[in-house]
Amino acid sequence: MFAKMKRHQLLFEELVKRDFKKKYKRTVLGMGWSMLMPLMMLFVMKIVFQQFFGRNMPHYTTYLFCGNLVFCWFADATGHGMQSLYANSGIFTKVNVPKYMFLLAGSIQTLINFALSFVVFFFFCWIDDVDFTWRFLLLAYPVATLLLFNIGVGLVLSALFIFFRDVDYLWRVFTQLLMYGSAIFYSTEKFAPEMQLVFACNPVYRHIAYVREIVLGGTVPSLETHLALLGFAAAAVLAGSYMYKHYNTKFLYYV
Amino acid sequence: MSDAKPKPMISCRNVSIRYRVGDFKNIGLKEWVMRRLTGRFHVVDFWAVSDVSFTVDEGDMLGIIGANGAGKSTLLKCVTGIMEPTKGTVRRRGRVSALLELASGFDGDLTVRENAYLRGAMLGYTRQFMDETYAQIIGFSELGEFEDRPFKQLSSGMKSRLAFAIASLVEPEILILDEVLSVGDGAFKRKSEAKMREIIKGGAATILVSHSVAQVREMCNKVLWLDGGRQIAFTDDVEGVCDCYETYLRDREAGPLYDPVAAHERIAARKAAEARRAAEARQMAEDAAKFRKVRKLLEGFAAARTETCA
Repeated sequence: MFAKMKRHQLLFEELVKRDFKKKYKRTVLGMGWSMLMPLMMLFVMKIVFQQFFGRNMPHYTTYLFCGNLVFCWFADATGHGMQSLYANSGIFTKVNVPKYMFLLAGSIQTLINFALSFVVFFFFCWIDDVDFTWRFLLLAYPVATLLLFNIGVGLVLSALFIFFRDVDYLWRVFTQLLMYGSAIFYSTEKFAPEMQLVFACNPVYRHIAYVREIVLGGTVPSLETHLALLGFAAAAVLAGSYMYKHYNTKFLYYV
Repeated sequence: MSDAKPKPMISCRNVSIRYRVGDFKNIGLKEWVMRRLTGRFHVVDFWAVSDVSFTVDEGDMLGIIGANGAGKSTLLKCVTGIMEPTKGTVRRRGRVSALLELASGFDGDLTVRENAYLRGAMLGYTRQFMDETYAQIIGFSELGEFEDRPFKQLSSGMKSRLAFAIASLVEPEILILDEVLSVGDGAFKRKSEAKMREIIKGGAATILVSHSVAQVREMCNKVLWLDGGRQIAFTDDVEGVCDCYETYLRDREAGPLYDPVAAHERIAARKAAEARRAAEARQMAEDAAKFRKVRKLLEGFAAARTETCA
């Protein structure tokens, strides 16, 4: 695996470069623009929901930002990931290259967008008088698992997108539902136990909850939470790898 | 080394490739579920290549000929490993450098330099190697003054020149060229043909797909004739098969329902008959010569006897 990665290092680098050049060509704002998106969503939510959900909640802006930060990355990464294989069909039908490279190279870009938002997030935390503790270092854990989870979901979606072009539309509807179901702007405390179970099975919500526990609660999440995040990531990556392995030479019949 | 058998670089055995055509493509998930439920889901098998076998050894150059839709490009996709054969096996030894449909896979928005690196990366080269070879690639493809132009501004001839330069300047072990040399102007054509000879001399195995029979005659030492996915001939008698193929192409213009297998057999039979007649004529000539020789001897003998009698 690592030998293979080494062999395709140049391909990976060149694909990342190409994606950057194509995306930021002729845009003055460039990367700043992609960062504005979560911020704008944050402000709209803040204005709309402050009165309904934020009245009794300290640090509501940070609470919102935690949700938006995680959710926007997930939506961005999976949305772009889905297109990655199809967009490169001109290449993989002519040259024998490892097809997951397209997705991996593309995910670098969304990762950088996320990193920039993350920096802004810390700035907002500071404005919002959040206590910075050593536990903030643990945020690396959900970032790592979410990165893997995004890649896994991206692999599955990009493979499905080759077979069914309307997956794009269906996924957008699904992400919309997921946004409302991930407690980005409300609290889950008052829900019935059955609903709590639904939240517990929602990978995006679990990541948001992890970040909130560290940033707002100042406590280290349970071992069960850690295992759950790892489990989600592993399941997604396994499902994606299986699809790519199984359909490796069959994709080209569909493009 | 000279008496050792040449090693097969590519060997295809009974390769068949099936395409599915019908409802499964471009219908979307919702439609797919509906058709599955209502039983209106139909797919039809289409065999693009059926039962083709051939081997290419070190230093060989195989020409693949055949009319449009004969399955040439599909077969090459199998050889390069982009596709897997539905039946049969393909074995490769060594690194494949393939040029399928030329300028595809290049990105119009990137510059020539960026595309060169990207293509090199796809073919599995390292950055160090590309840094060292880049000047050579640009020199060979004569694109020095276009290095930083977006690729879409190049002419198609320039694009294929770059593609050829990248694939061939890297000492490939297996080189696959699909309709490559028919593009480019005369000067570049000669240059690329010289380059190809050099590669073949280096021991690489090459497959050339071409509609130019003259080129196949000139460059190749083996030939594979495909028609409608079937293998009509695979042999090292390049001249013979090319003759047949050209006759077939001419005859086909007369009638659309023309069976290339029968044509190949008929043409081969005709050629065999011609050869037989030629052999007979040669034999007769030899016999006549012998007869003349014997008669001369007898005449000499008779003359000597009359002399002694007298």
